[in-house]
Amino acid sequence: MQQIAAITPDAPAPAPATPALRGEKVSVHYGAKQALFDVDLEVGRNAVTSLIGPSGCGKSTFLRCFNRMNDTIAACRVSGRITLDDEDIYDRNLDVVELRARVGMVFQKPNPFPKSIFDNVAYGPRIHGLFRTKEELEEIVEASLRRAGLWSEVKDRLREPGTGLSGGQQQRLCIARAIATRPEVLLMDEPCSALDPIATAVIEELIDELRENFTIVIVTHSMQQAARVSQKTAFFHLGRLVEEGLTEDIFTNPVNRQTQDYITGRIG
Amino acid sequence: MSSMTDAPLSDAVAGPASVPADERALRRRRRNAADRRLRLYGIAAIATAIGLLAVLLLTLIAGGYQAFVQTHIRVDFPISAEHVDPADPAAGDWRSVVRDGLQALLPAAASPAEQRAMGQILTNNTQFIVRNAVIANPSVIGGTLTVEVPAADIFDQLNKGTIRRDTLEENRRVTDAQIRWFDTLVEQGRVSTPFNWALFFNADSRFPEIAGLAGAITGSFYALLVCFLISFPVGIAAAIWLEEFAPKNRWTDLVEVNINNLAAVPSIVFGLLGLAVFLNFFGLPRSAPLVGGLVLALMTLPTIIIVTRNALKAVPPSIREAGYGMGASPQQVVLHHVLPLALPGILTGTIIGLAQALGETAPLLLIGMNAFITSPPGGVLEASTALPTQIYIWADSPERGFVARTSAGILVLLGFLLIMNAIAIFLRQRLERRW
Repeated sequence: MQQIAAITPDAPAPAPATPALRGEKVSVHYGAKQALFDVDLEVGRNAVTSLIGPSGCGKSTFLRCFNRMNDTIAACRVSGRITLDDEDIYDRNLDVVELRARVGMVFQKPNPFPKSIFDNVAYGPRIHGLFRTKEELEEIVEASLRRAGLWSEVKDRLREPGTGLSGGQQQRLCIARAIATRPEVLLMDEPCSALDPIATAVIEELIDELRENFTIVIVTHSMQQAARVSQKTAFFHLGRLVEEGLTEDIFTNPVNRQTQDYITGRIG
Repeated sequence: MSSMTDAPLSDAVAGPASVPADERALRRRRRNAADRRLRLYGIAAIATAIGLLAVLLLTLIAGGYQAFVQTHIRVDFPISAEHVDPADPAAGDWRSVVRDGLQALLPAAASPAEQRAMGQILTNNTQFIVRNAVIANPSVIGGTLTVEVPAADIFDQLNKGTIRRDTLEENRRVTDAQIRWFDTLVEQGRVSTPFNWALFFNADSRFPEIAGLAGAITGSFYALLVCFLISFPVGIAAAIWLEEFAPKNRWTDLVEVNINNLAAVPSIVFGLLGLAVFLNFFGLPRSAPLVGGLVLALMTLPTIIIVTRNALKAVPPSIREAGYGMGASPQQVVLHHVLPLALPGILTGTIIGLAQALGETAPLLLIGMNAFITSPPGGVLEASTALPTQIYIWADSPERGFVARTSAGILVLLGFLLIMNAIAIFLRQRLERRW
């Protein structure tokens, strides 16, 4: 919990060389079916890492290992080792509630709670007890909405339902909600796939800004988006990590034949 | 499968161009006619349903409206100190008081038999009505007390025209002499037919003119209260566990199948269960709303579990994901997000389940809630009837006045059901508009 307090949106932590997240030999089974095969991947601190690949390649499954969202699926089994700051997140003693406060998530479809805009953002701080006074909570909410670039649009209607916003605003509200617990890592599962191009551009810009303070992992179907927002890219195919590296290299000079076929549109 | 895909394919290959235009027009006309027919069948079905409902309601109203008014006769009773001792009015000779009051209005009776026939005009309970009025107000002793007394059932029927004057005297419940006396009272302006408040404020009685639904309404209220207090929390807890937490395996499948079957069990079986378990094994009191409520709760429980599960299922999974993604525990996800969204559906289903329980008769008959009880129950452990069982008792009674009261009782029951369903609709709209 100490790390959470240390990383505030206003005071970005210095970027150490060690990776924030590291997956070693990560395999995932849904019942008898194996969805992910021995994936090794390091996610750099304060950078955007995008996971690309055709539908059903396991990129979302891999993303959901980082905050143990797969735990909510009864038939799902995860093996291998995933560490956050060298701490095994599948350790028996680790509390999944605290983990999810440190690893926030934004989903494919904007899913604000059917509560007020304020209550949406305040929800995380409330359940994790991140404030002492009402003023502190209001500060957190305002700071989070500012970080998500939504403050000026909603500051006069914080008591109105979050579901009344437009799709793009809803998604930024979800981002504000996720960063209100001051996580270290932000996971984004195709955050723009339900949005129009203008709203997408706003979110992409936001992702670029958020990189200063958060480690971001994003799953995307759009290769242009991966190229625009991420510094590192990992290509998945049929449950295996095929290639990973700097985004520039992957898109201009892929080593693997499958990667080349995918980014040029021949498979997928 | 292959034949299904092959056939239209060959049609498509033949192409619309090869089908003559008039043949296509014919096909289109047939299709449109079929559409129209389907719509007509639907309208016909609805019209039939509405027609039958109208017939039911009209029959009930035609049969029951007379029970909502009651013939009363205004009588001045001389409360003389001779019959009533001011020190102990309860022990007075009330029979004589009533006789004297009536005698003063009518020609003198020639014989004791005639006097008895005259006494039949007022309800049998008149002496108790007068006694209670005097006990409540002892200052009238020595003076006269004017009371609007309900007329006995046969004179009520005579006044309402259900007993016809042109029937031969030997086939009629009232004699010619009694009709003459009654007409005398009418001429004196002493007969009136006000609204029958007794129907709502009196409990059951052997005499239709003073029988009411107060006991049944109170009994039904207590039984429904017990039913709600048990089935609502238990049903919701069971549904939440089954829907949100239970592993999907053979045991939970078995539980689910059994709950669905339970919802289809005939209600009389629940009555037998209540008789065997609550009365015979646990020794709870017979005819008590507590036992009635327990039995009704068993019946309502599967309904509440099923509607709650459906309401929970209807909450979009993205809300649960959002909650878990924020680090909420399963309990927090359910209580903060899922349950509030499911609540309108749960409440609606619960009220409809309770409305069903309110109209349920068979299980209450088996645990003795069809007893003849002349005062409303003071609590859930006192013997009582319920609305449907009261209707059942009245429907079984031979007096003419109970015929109309049976229909009136059904109308009152329907009124309560209507109110409950209206509350359900109101709650659903009110709560759903919140977001």
